[in-house]
Amino acid sequence: MSTLTQKKGFGATIWDFLTTVDHKKIAILYLLAGGFFFIVGGIEAVLIRMQLAVPNNDFVSAGTFNEIITMHGTTMIFLAAMPILLGFMNAVMPLQIGARDVAFPFVNALGFWLFFFGGVFLNLSWFLGGAPDAGWTSYASLAIHSKGHGVDFYVLGLQISGLGTLIGGINFLVTIINMRAPGMTYMRMPLFSWTTFVASALILFAFPPLTVGLTLMMFDRMFGSNFFVVANGGNTVIWEHLFWIFGHPEVYILILPAFGIFSEIFSTFSRKRLFGYSSMVFATVLIGFLGFMVWAHHMFTTGLGPVANAIFAVATMAIAVPTGIKIFNWLFTMWGGSVKFTTPMYWAFAFIPSFVMGGVTGVMLGTAPADYQYHDSYFVVAHFHYVIVGGVVFGIFAATHYWWPKMFGTMLNETLGKITFWLFFVGFHLTFFIQHFLGLWGMPRRVFTFLPGQGYETSNMISSIGALFMSLGVIVLLINVVMTSVKNVKVGNDPWEDGRTLEWTIPSPPPFYNFKQLPLVRGLDPLWLEKTAGKKGMTPAEPLGDIHMPNSSFIPFMISFGLFFAAFGVLYNGEKSWAVPVIIIGLLITFGSMLVRSVKDDHGFHIHKEELMDENDKGVKA
Amino acid sequence: MKRFAKWRLISLFAILALVLSGCGEPFLSTLQPAGEAAEIQYDLMKLSTYIMVGVILVVFIIFVIVFFRFRRKDDRIPKQVEGSHKLEIIWTVIPILLLLLLAVPTVSATFKLADVKEMDKEKSDALVIKVRSHLYWWDFEYPKQKIVTGQDLVVPTNEKVYFDLKSLDVKHSFWIPAVGGKLDTNTENVNKFWLVFDEEKANEAGNLFYGKCAELCGPSHALMDFKVKAMPRAEFDAWVKDMQAVKEPKKAKTDLAAQGQELFNQSCIGCHAVTPSNQMPDTARMAPNLTNFGERSRVAGILDHNKEELKNWLRDPEKYKPGNLMTDKYPKYDEQQLEALAEYLMGLKVQE
Repeated sequence: MSTLTQKKGFGATIWDFLTTVDHKKIAILYLLAGGFFFIVGGIEAVLIRMQLAVPNNDFVSAGTFNEIITMHGTTMIFLAAMPILLGFMNAVMPLQIGARDVAFPFVNALGFWLFFFGGVFLNLSWFLGGAPDAGWTSYASLAIHSKGHGVDFYVLGLQISGLGTLIGGINFLVTIINMRAPGMTYMRMPLFSWTTFVASALILFAFPPLTVGLTLMMFDRMFGSNFFVVANGGNTVIWEHLFWIFGHPEVYILILPAFGIFSEIFSTFSRKRLFGYSSMVFATVLIGFLGFMVWAHHMFTTGLGPVANAIFAVATMAIAVPTGIKIFNWLFTMWGGSVKFTTPMYWAFAFIPSFVMGGVTGVMLGTAPADYQYHDSYFVVAHFHYVIVGGVVFGIFAATHYWWPKMFGTMLNETLGKITFWLFFVGFHLTFFIQHFLGLWGMPRRVFTFLPGQGYETSNMISSIGALFMSLGVIVLLINVVMTSVKNVKVGNDPWEDGRTLEWTIPSPPPFYNFKQLPLVRGLDPLWLEKTAGKKGMTPAEPLGDIHMPNSSFIPFMISFGLFFAAFGVLYNGEKSWAVPVIIIGLLITFGSMLVRSVKDDHGFHIHKEELMDENDKGVKA
Repeated sequence: MKRFAKWRLISLFAILALVLSGCGEPFLSTLQPAGEAAEIQYDLMKLSTYIMVGVILVVFIIFVIVFFRFRRKDDRIPKQVEGSHKLEIIWTVIPILLLLLLAVPTVSATFKLADVKEMDKEKSDALVIKVRSHLYWWDFEYPKQKIVTGQDLVVPTNEKVYFDLKSLDVKHSFWIPAVGGKLDTNTENVNKFWLVFDEEKANEAGNLFYGKCAELCGPSHALMDFKVKAMPRAEFDAWVKDMQAVKEPKKAKTDLAAQGQELFNQSCIGCHAVTPSNQMPDTARMAPNLTNFGERSRVAGILDHNKEELKNWLRDPEKYKPGNLMTDKYPKYDEQQLEALAEYLMGLKVQE
């Protein structure tokens, strides 16, 4: 493989990405696809705010509005936030723990393509008779009642993309357990790797209930079963349980990696090690654990009775404790530090008050009797946007600016980055702060319009104006990406100059094998340790030797494509004559590809020691 | 000086107006509780807000200090601190104590609000109302009084009113924000709770509270409003009596109304009853009961209550409530027929 720096044509680049099993390229794929869906979901959000800017508006019809809110929620959670975070996990986690790739590179690619085809399938609903319209929670009675194929797209699309996420989670777990560099003990792992680990464990346990729920719903809607059909003995509350047993941990699957991102940024730009590292790790694990104990707080008004409501109320409040520990640890990481306000630091710094707002309203929502008032009102809308935008999206923006040079070898423009920040930050609070009050004044959520004379006019207008600012912020970011990519000023290993963890010890972007020699880790923040000891880089843990790498493969794409193809057959089953053949062909593609993968031996290839030597090494040797 | 005083007065009023508008409308806002349930919930909301504002203040103070004191000024390397057990214990224990402070009243209120023993007793004179939700309208049955009404809930003030909630198509949620939190109307089981409608607060709110559906239920979810007429017990009893007195459909009084009644009997009465009897099971009540339609506060729960709006509604219900189940269930009427129908419907009153 002497083609390391060879220039490729456009077609070859595309083929490279279609077949890649390199975690860094898969990360870019995740960012591209997730970024695309983020913009789609953002446009849907703007449409929502346009419709609600004035009372009795008829900018979009009632039915279309329900499709838009459903797709906004589903897209943002499943197709934007989670994939983008998976992208950063892919890009950074193996570097942080000192690994040459994830444990199963082939499966990694499979995970991405499943997510991608699931997302595409879901969004094709817009062009094939209408999108799902039962809300992102898709409560069963309404979902079963919903006409057309919208909800079918939801069920099948999420099933396929969820499978990809589950595979990704398992892969990360195995990677972190098995592939840490020599000396990288669990308690020396950077916080982002820790949160990746815990979030992956949450994925492992949270996605199966969703899979079960979606499967039951698929049978009800497409094959005539009665799990949720009350007239025939079904029960729709079971869907609520299954959905939220998944749905609540899902919130932590999103926020924990964001916590990890912020932990890295606070520490880096304060030039201080993370305050209370072990309690941070403990708090992360505890949040992950408690995350499974509180799902019924989404169902306080379902009528589970006072015993269940009281238990889940207290359990919910308990989560505030580890979250509070984290907030104070971050503040005290900066305390006494030397804080440099770069763009990533802007986002991280602004995250604290924004997220604390979302956190305290979370505790308020946890007080069950008061929740009878908040539930399904705009107060809840405000709360979860404060958590998910103020926490997760801020985290994504922070990570984008922070790790961009590592992923692409060039910095994003700091001035434009700060403009993006101010536009988005102001727009965000303008949009969502006032919504707390709208909810308290009695405005239910998911309403396609509101009547005049209820005191909602001004506040809704303010909220809509805020959405405009947020959109402008995102546009500036896109301009920033294009501009800096065109200029393409190359940067070195540690462009922020305050890097502490292993990803900053290797070139930006890293070579495809990441580490020429695996580094020897001597403590937390390994690069920082070496720097303060007066060394330039890491001490290698092994002599220079051959590196074993996996071959690229088109099979993950084909396996995923087969399921995507078969899904159309399932969707139109009993309606179109071609449905059954399509199912069969699709499954043949999938299982045929899996067969090829099983039968064909693929041992990968070796990079030979001589190819890895640069002038320096040769000089030393001679 | 005088001018200054005037300005002060004006700004004082402005602030007052802001504070008042900050509490929302008295007939709709959870911040202007008009009954025991809403008050319990409002007290909890306040308690949790106070605690949380305290937390926010502490975080904010540290935040501001960090911002000003620890900006990077030179190239010094700060001391690498591992942590502090003392601090960490403080910010673990204090939140736990604060949460306990919140948890105790939360649990006690949860049980208090769920206490519906009274309505299940054999011999109880508590008022029970069965709420049945349908796609975009509400059915209210008073089982002991043996009457049914729709869209406008009528309740006595200053006593516990017990509700028995269920949905007959998809899941909805029954919410009267000013009077108390919501409870879902499930499709498979009955949910029960109680509310109190405070007389004084009801007066302030014009004796008409706004009710909402709070669970996404389809295109017209936003328009599934209902209204609550709260009145003293004596007036309520009189209303019940007047309702009970209607044993068979009232005769129209004018010729026009009589024509309307004929049209109504041809195509509407299959779904809409004009007698309040609750003899039919709830599942057989296909559309809102219209016995006292002339005394309602809104047409279809959302439009002003006058003939013009009623005719608009009858002309094209789909335009006003997309996805409703009334559209196309009856023939197209010409303007004269609409006028007759409106005349008849508006004359359906029980309290002359």
